[in-house]
Amino acid sequence: MTFPESNDRRKKIGQAVMFGLSKGISYGIVALLFLILFFIIKQGIGVISWEFLTAMPTDGMTKGGIFPAIIGTLYLVGGSMLFAFPVGVMAGIYVHEYAVSGPMKRFVNMMTNNLAGVPSIIFGLFGMALFVNQMGFGASILAGSLTLGLLALPIVIRTTEESLKSVDDTFRQASYALGGSKLYTIRKVVLPIALPNILTGLILAVGRVSGETAPILFTVAAYFLPRLPNSIMDQCMALPYHLYVISTSGTQIEASRPIAYGTAFVLVAIVLIVNILAALLRNYFGKKVKMN
Amino acid sequence: MRLRKITEPVFERLIKICGYSSGFIVLLIVIFLFKEGISFFNLSPVDEGSMLWVHNSNSVQELDAAQIKDIFDQKINNWQTVGGKDLPIRLFTLDEVGKAFTAEQLGPKFEYLPKCIDSYMDSLPGAIGFFPEKQTAGLLKSAKAVEVDKVSFSSFISDTEWFPTSRPAARMGIMPLLLGTLLVSFFAILIALPLGLAASIYLAEIADERVRKILKPVIELLAGIPSVVYGFFGLVVIVPFVQNAFNLPVGETALAGSIVLAIMALPTIITVSEDALRTTPRAMKEASLALGASKWQTIRKVIVPYAASGITAAAILGIGRAIGETMAALMVTGNSAIMPHSLLQPVRTIPATIAAELGEAPFGGLHFKALFALGCILFIITLIINLLVERVSAKRR
Repeated sequence: MTFPESNDRRKKIGQAVMFGLSKGISYGIVALLFLILFFIIKQGIGVISWEFLTAMPTDGMTKGGIFPAIIGTLYLVGGSMLFAFPVGVMAGIYVHEYAVSGPMKRFVNMMTNNLAGVPSIIFGLFGMALFVNQMGFGASILAGSLTLGLLALPIVIRTTEESLKSVDDTFRQASYALGGSKLYTIRKVVLPIALPNILTGLILAVGRVSGETAPILFTVAAYFLPRLPNSIMDQCMALPYHLYVISTSGTQIEASRPIAYGTAFVLVAIVLIVNILAALLRNYFGKKVKMN
Repeated sequence: MRLRKITEPVFERLIKICGYSSGFIVLLIVIFLFKEGISFFNLSPVDEGSMLWVHNSNSVQELDAAQIKDIFDQKINNWQTVGGKDLPIRLFTLDEVGKAFTAEQLGPKFEYLPKCIDSYMDSLPGAIGFFPEKQTAGLLKSAKAVEVDKVSFSSFISDTEWFPTSRPAARMGIMPLLLGTLLVSFFAILIALPLGLAASIYLAEIADERVRKILKPVIELLAGIPSVVYGFFGLVVIVPFVQNAFNLPVGETALAGSIVLAIMALPTIITVSEDALRTTPRAMKEASLALGASKWQTIRKVIVPYAASGITAAAILGIGRAIGETMAALMVTGNSAIMPHSLLQPVRTIPATIAAELGEAPFGGLHFKALFALGCILFIITLIINLLVERVSAKRR
């Protein structure tokens, strides 16, 4: 038997302890993130120079730069977005504006969820079976871009859907009342309002795609190719694969460590820039829409 | 206006087609994955174009891949072990035949080779040999071909050895890979779930809005870092740490993998369970507080139970992410395909196996197909996880 008063005190102490604990854990996780970022930045920043970013790798990838990997990643990101952006935005429009709720919409949503949950290595296997072999593209920028595009597709669909959801229905009704057709309303009223959010999603998808390694392992990535790709049927180097290769395989792992830190730095920088860009965009347009 | 009447239906059709794209892609993935994966079964584990021969008098009719590997590794030395007579096993190879006969006897183009093998075999009742089919099939009188058990689904699932390139017979048991994957993933969630839950409770219920607005994007940033960077970080920081802390010969262990995967699963767990915690109706919380419960008691007895299905979904989703994670697992778990016994030994996960081996597997061969079959298993696991998540979160609605 405890007195209410002591019970109360125990309650208070318990609460203080648990609150402190969860606060500590939260800040710990944030500190961990900064630790990872700080570590990569600290080790990598000394390697970064104009030459590192614009020179070909030399001496068995222990010296020189990562220029072909940067260009390769640019090609792959561009190519994948060329596919994923239009298809994903249209799919998002379909899901939110056209699909009538019911089993069909549920099915489409479920499939998008499933696609988003497919492990990236499965995309690699699939890309190899379909694009590289079945369609005969070989290991090429085309095959790699399409594979990465498939991976980015559910991200674009989701963000488009969310962006369309945030457009108030009164806009649509006003347009209909003025005689606008459904597609005209979407094109001229809904999309312009939703565009900033859709673009934010696109930027985040770019960040995701630029760091993916598993899907490009067998569809495009070249171990060492100290030149720029000639066409989209060419193989190319890519930043994430380059980091994987020079940090795990090869005979001169220790000698190529600085290059590895530099490459990791560039990858982290891309992610940071992309996230900051997305946040700025969201803020800027968020304010603008409110003012109108 | 008239033009629009023509173009609009076209566009709307296009939009509809794109709407079905994800379903179509999932279907294609299933078709291509399973087409290669299923053709793996009922293949012989022996290299195509080769056959195993034993002496005519040998009563052994068939062997399985495990027995063949043990015989050629000389772990099985007597035919009695595999159901034959009490006779020592004698391995013999083409080299040996080549040495036993002169060049003349073999013929200038080795056209008498089958004959030489035949007569050599005749003198060795306990012999077993592994020869190209075209040089032996139908030509040996003193020997008979051994039936080799085909790769079956049950052996694929239950065999505990993964030696996909071993000759003469490959061993393709995914048990060590499956257990390695599950061990690393579950331990990762064991680390990540309590931490993630605490953080999500803090973000949803305790932290004030200002703090939350700063912490949330920072935690989401964790999700944006590429897995290969986590792998690299694990390789240069966590692996040496694990090695020193437990005084191990190598730091690339299941534990190192679990720690890295736990960090990677945190944002998923935090985001999903925070969303779930936030759905608790205000009235419920206030009723609890009005009854004299402290804020912590309310969290523990009202909010967390209310969000239990969402938190479960978060945990399952986290496990799914960890199971499917390729690059980080590949870089820090040490990649040895043996049955895992402890967290402090190297293991190998299913995605890491595919990533590491597909590049070297000859296109369309047994090994290649085995890796696709492995992909099918992984796909089925993640599909089950996705459906589970869907069911768990549907219950809440």
